[in-house]
Amino acid sequence: MTTLAPATAVVAARGRRRSFRTSHSWSSLLYLLPALAFFVVFVIYPIIVSVQTSFYDYDGLTPATPVGMQNYLAIFTKPALQDALKHSMVLLFFYAALPVCIGLVLAGAMSRIRIYGLTLVRALLFIPQVLSSVVVAVSWRDLLAADGLINEALRLVGLGAMTTSWLGDFNTALPAIGLVGTWVEYGLCMVLFLAGIVTIDRSLYEAARLDGAGPVREFFAITLPALRPQISIALILTITFALRNFDIIWNTTRGGPGTSTSVPSVYIYQDAFQNRMLGQASALAVVLTILILLIVGIVQWLVREPDPSGLGGGTPPTRKRGHR
Amino acid sequence: MRVSRAESAVTHALLVIASIIAVYPLVSIVMSSLDGGAAGGDGFGLNNFAVAWERGGFGNALLSSAAISITVVLVTVAVVCLAGYALATMQVPGGRVILLVLLLGLVLPYEVTVLPLYQMMSQWNLLDTSWALILPQIGLSVPLGVFWMRSFFASVPVELLEAARIDGASRFEVMRLVLLPIAGPAVGTLSTILFLFTWNEFLLALILVPQNELVQTAPLALSFFAGAGRASDPGVTAAAAVLVALPIVLAYVLLQRRLITGLTEGAVK
Repeated sequence: MTTLAPATAVVAARGRRRSFRTSHSWSSLLYLLPALAFFVVFVIYPIIVSVQTSFYDYDGLTPATPVGMQNYLAIFTKPALQDALKHSMVLLFFYAALPVCIGLVLAGAMSRIRIYGLTLVRALLFIPQVLSSVVVAVSWRDLLAADGLINEALRLVGLGAMTTSWLGDFNTALPAIGLVGTWVEYGLCMVLFLAGIVTIDRSLYEAARLDGAGPVREFFAITLPALRPQISIALILTITFALRNFDIIWNTTRGGPGTSTSVPSVYIYQDAFQNRMLGQASALAVVLTILILLIVGIVQWLVREPDPSGLGGGTPPTRKRGHR
Repeated sequence: MRVSRAESAVTHALLVIASIIAVYPLVSIVMSSLDGGAAGGDGFGLNNFAVAWERGGFGNALLSSAAISITVVLVTVAVVCLAGYALATMQVPGGRVILLVLLLGLVLPYEVTVLPLYQMMSQWNLLDTSWALILPQIGLSVPLGVFWMRSFFASVPVELLEAARIDGASRFEVMRLVLLPIAGPAVGTLSTILFLFTWNEFLLALILVPQNELVQTAPLALSFFAGAGRASDPGVTAAAAVLVALPIVLAYVLLQRRLITGLTEGAVK
């Protein structure tokens, strides 16, 4: 069937992808048109409208009046909104930092031995990711209730004095929601890191052990640097989840008790659909978006690939060929 | 590997604990849903499910979720195959800018789009219809889908495409006759991921279809059911949660291997 002349094949192989691409091909835009149409109409255009609305005082019914930066100033001066941003930072610890650390410690331990039942473990660890967040919220509401499993367990080990209605207590509601987030994310982190670990060349560990490296040194010298791409993606996923986070809070505490678990997304919903302050809600949404882009950007910069003075302290470990 | 047996045992124990913690909340709602209690009387059975099914309208919700998710997946896969193919194999004018904008789209919070979407859908008289969820969710799925298919098409040896071109196939035929037949696994994993995201999406449903019980999605119906106190019995609420989780968990049991490998590899690319 192929009538390909050998000479053409050589040229093609040398030119790689370049030769298949002709110069700028305007007709290629036709292929992009349907996808871009959906993206522009239902994502880009709404974002532009949000940015525009954020400079107005608008209740959705009467004409909007321009107010300049006032909605943005409110975010940084109103104590309630400042608190919401602070709560987001607390959740960042529980939703992103903690799961990544748990995942790293366990992955480090797993890198040293042959794991039995790895496929099953992976499948179980991933379950929190596939459940609807509403289902997650409903089940954790029961576990964290005054007569729930967490309190029963505390009583069992003699810590009955610590029991409380975790989601109903001003002091414990935010960390309790944080731990639900940790639960949702740690399995994802572990599964990602496990996938990274199988690509590490085993002989590196053998060599490290011959040189007398202990488990800790082995972890910092080999496992951690090799997992850089997985750590980076785990942080992107967990940070965006932490800062977006509406579903779990809405279906457990609605921001309460009081405002102890309020976060920007809850105020965005309430300002827009209950208080009819669309300008304020839009400004908050824009700030949230910039915050996510900023934090993701900073974290990406921190875990970026080439830095000779970085964690590994030497040449990065080579990977098994053809495993990706 | 010279590692002590004790260390291996400790690590395995940690893994078992981590796995149990990961599944326990699901197991606990299944157990409390099967616990007859106040709803049915006889201690163990499916009474809670009958009550939840009847009061919560979950039959409609599950059908509506399925219809919305399947439509979103089908349309998204079609449009992102075209776009991914162009971005992987053609010299697209402004291609780099397009990719950069799509990359930002991957981390955007939905919060920044929902208010204008609400106004748009309300102007188009689509509020409280399935379209109010289908159209935006296609748009929001485009970035992931385009990157996914682009990286698949870019991984196909270029010689294959050139051979087909020299045989006289048009660019569209190259995609339809050469690439799509081998794209099954990539499209399959992408479809599973998109289906999962669409099925579980809550904020958009809460804002765009709150009034119409016929098009409420399963998570939204559960949220109303669990929040409204219509089910004072925790067993009934648990049964409702199980009903909503069941289709996804069943699909997950069947597809988990492909889903996890696909996600962990695709995510890093």
